[in-house]
Order: sequence, then structure tokens, then C-alpha cells
Amino acid sequence: MAKIVGGINVTHVPYIGRAIANNLQQDPYWKPFFDGFPPVRDWLAKVKPDVAVLIYNDHGLQFFLDKMPTFAVGAAAEYRNADEGWGIPTLPPYKGDEDLSWHLIDSLIEDEFDIVTCQEMLVDHAFTLPLELFWPGQHPCPVRTVPINVNTVQFPLPKASRCFKFGQAIGRAIESWDSDARVVVIGTGGLSHQLEGKRAGFINKEFDLMFMDKLVTDPLWVTRYSVPELVELTGTQGVELLNWLTCRGALSGDVTKVHANYHIPISNTASGLLAMQVA
Amino acid sequence: MNGGKQKKVIPGTVLFDGDMARKGYALNKMCFSFNSADNRAEFKADPSAYCDKWGLNAQQKAAVLSLQVLDMLAAGGNAYYLAKLGGIYGLDMQDIGAQQTGVTKDEFKAKLVAAGRN
Repeated sequence: MAKIVGGINVTHVPYIGRAIANNLQQDPYWKPFFDGFPPVRDWLAKVKPDVAVLIYNDHGLQFFLDKMPTFAVGAAAEYRNADEGWGIPTLPPYKGDEDLSWHLIDSLIEDEFDIVTCQEMLVDHAFTLPLELFWPGQHPCPVRTVPINVNTVQFPLPKASRCFKFGQAIGRAIESWDSDARVVVIGTGGLSHQLEGKRAGFINKEFDLMFMDKLVTDPLWVTRYSVPELVELTGTQGVELLNWLTCRGALSGDVTKVHANYHIPISNTASGLLAMQVA
Repeated sequence: MNGGKQKKVIPGTVLFDGDMARKGYALNKMCFSFNSADNRAEFKADPSAYCDKWGLNAQQKAAVLSLQVLDMLAAGGNAYYLAKLGGIYGLDMQDIGAQQTGVTKDEFKAKLVAAGRN
């Protein structure tokens, strides 16, 4: 059976793409963010995943409000990035893993998660940038990929408890996949930030640090909050922490922290990075 | 709308829910079209005509033509789609944040930095 080597959660701000394209990793503004990644890359080199399952939210590249799935799973041989309209470079395609995709789809629906399946799926910066950060400059990316999209755009969003259970079902699916592949689960987005309204620029460092800590030791802690309460605590986009929680749900049993980094600000966002290993 | 349910009130924040998604559909659909460089060029050539082509109502069109983000939000705009419109004008998230909160861009950036020191 396939093995989950661990999970990594990371921020996915579009301007990270521009910083990479312009080689600004050691620029004083970006350095505290980029310096978080070498220990995670070292860990990845050690655990050698073959496949990455990425849990993220689309920002209006693949999905529009005409049809907005709560949970959607990619089932393509290849995933393409495309023009997102805000001037960041378009990245080369990513290789899929159709066997794992369809095993996930079968297993999730058997587990009563009635996801949308996508044999064509554009992937935006929330999918591409984490891969660029973990495997910089490697095209094609050295891992096969499966995108899993969670709606954090149009309310109502799935509840935190539901996201955690969805993650658990993803974990069960991966671990029941008849393969010797090693799988890393990646959750992207957050942490606290709010782009719109008179509260734009809202950041909550205290909550973010508590969330990162609890995610390792007591992931159900955050499920005490409703989605509107999470918006109040973390901002309208900070609620992307649901993707982190889904990723954590996929890691069964106790986990240990491999590495964490937290820095304010990247663009309007409190940036976070948390790599976890199954104990 | 909303079945009479009580919505949580968060100061300075409107959740993009079904009511907003219905209200802002044409505006957001126009902004979604800006994933295409051809469409961005067409908008830039004649913003007013482009708004009409996508069926924006008067409130939405006025908000777009005056580039007032809070007005676009009030007209049902969603931050992610509106950001594509901002991109056409070369506005980044600190420009948009400063405009919405009534401060200069430097002041807005300083506020973000300060949030990291608390």
C-alpha cells in the first residue's frame, strides 16, 4: 500500500511567483519568507515522495461562480497553469497520477464525500507556487500530482470539522491505494489576511501562532470555531486555513513538527510554513 | 433573501455569500473574463462599452469606471475576481488595501509590518 510520508502547509500569495521570477529570494523583504524553505527541502530529499496531493483553493482560474464545487478532485494526466490576470508568470505543466486520482475518487465517494471529478483542471498559483517553493526551478516537477480543490471563495464554505473529516478520508484513500508510492500531502493558503473591505490588512499573529501549534498537537482545537468566526479571527482569506486543516486530517495518528516558519507580511498576508511528519 | 437567518456581523467585512453572489454575478463574470489578455485589451480600449457588453448594472458600472473598490464590493464584487481588474491598472494588493482603508500606500504597508511586531 502507498505510504504518507508527511504533510506540508504553506502560504500561496501570487506575488511569491513574481519574487521567484525576479530572483528576489535574498531581497530583505522576501528573505525571511524564503529562508524558511531549505529545511523543508532537505526533509523532502530524505523522505523522497513520488506523489504530492495538493489541497488548495482556486482563485478564479478554473472555477467561476457559475459552478462552484465545495470539493473537487483532479483526474488528469497533466495539469496546466494559465494566465490568472494579475501578471505573474505562467508555469509549465505538472504531471498527474490518474491511478491515485481515481482511487481517491472511488474511496472518497464510498466514504460519503460526493466530490466533483475533473478530467480537465487548470491549476492556479495556489497549486503551482508551493511546488516551486519545495522544488525550486525543477521543471518538470519531480513529483506526480493530484489537485484537490476546496471552496473558500463563495460562502457557505465547508465547516472546519467537515474539512478535517475530508482530510481523514483523503488519508484513508491514500493508505489503501495498492501502490508502493510515497505520498506527501500539501495544504496551501493562509494564514491570517483580509484583502477586501474597510478591514483590509487585518492580521492576527496571536491566533495564527496558536493555530500552527495546535495543528500539530490538537488539530480538532480549531473545529470549535464556525466559518464566520474564523473569518472574524483570521480575515476573509485567512479562512484558507481550512486547507491546512484538511491536509492535517490526512495524517493519521500523532505527528511531529519537522520545521515551521512564520513571517509578517508577504503582500497583505501573514505567511506560514509547517512541515509535519507522521510519528 | 437569506431565509431570515441572522448573519454574523464582522465590522468592515462582508462575507461573499449567496446574496452577494447573486447581486454581483455580472460584475464578477466580467472580471473573470480578464484571465484573457485579449479581453483585458478590449476593456482597456473602452471600459464603458466592455461593462455594457457584460451586462453590468448602473451601480456596478459606476463603481468600475471610478475604480472605487468599496463601491465594487457593495455592488457584489468578489475580491478574487476584482483583483484581476486591479491587475489591468497595475494596482497591487497594497494599493487596493490603502484605497479601501483611506490611508496612503506607505501607511498601509507600515500597518502590515506593525502587525508582525505585536
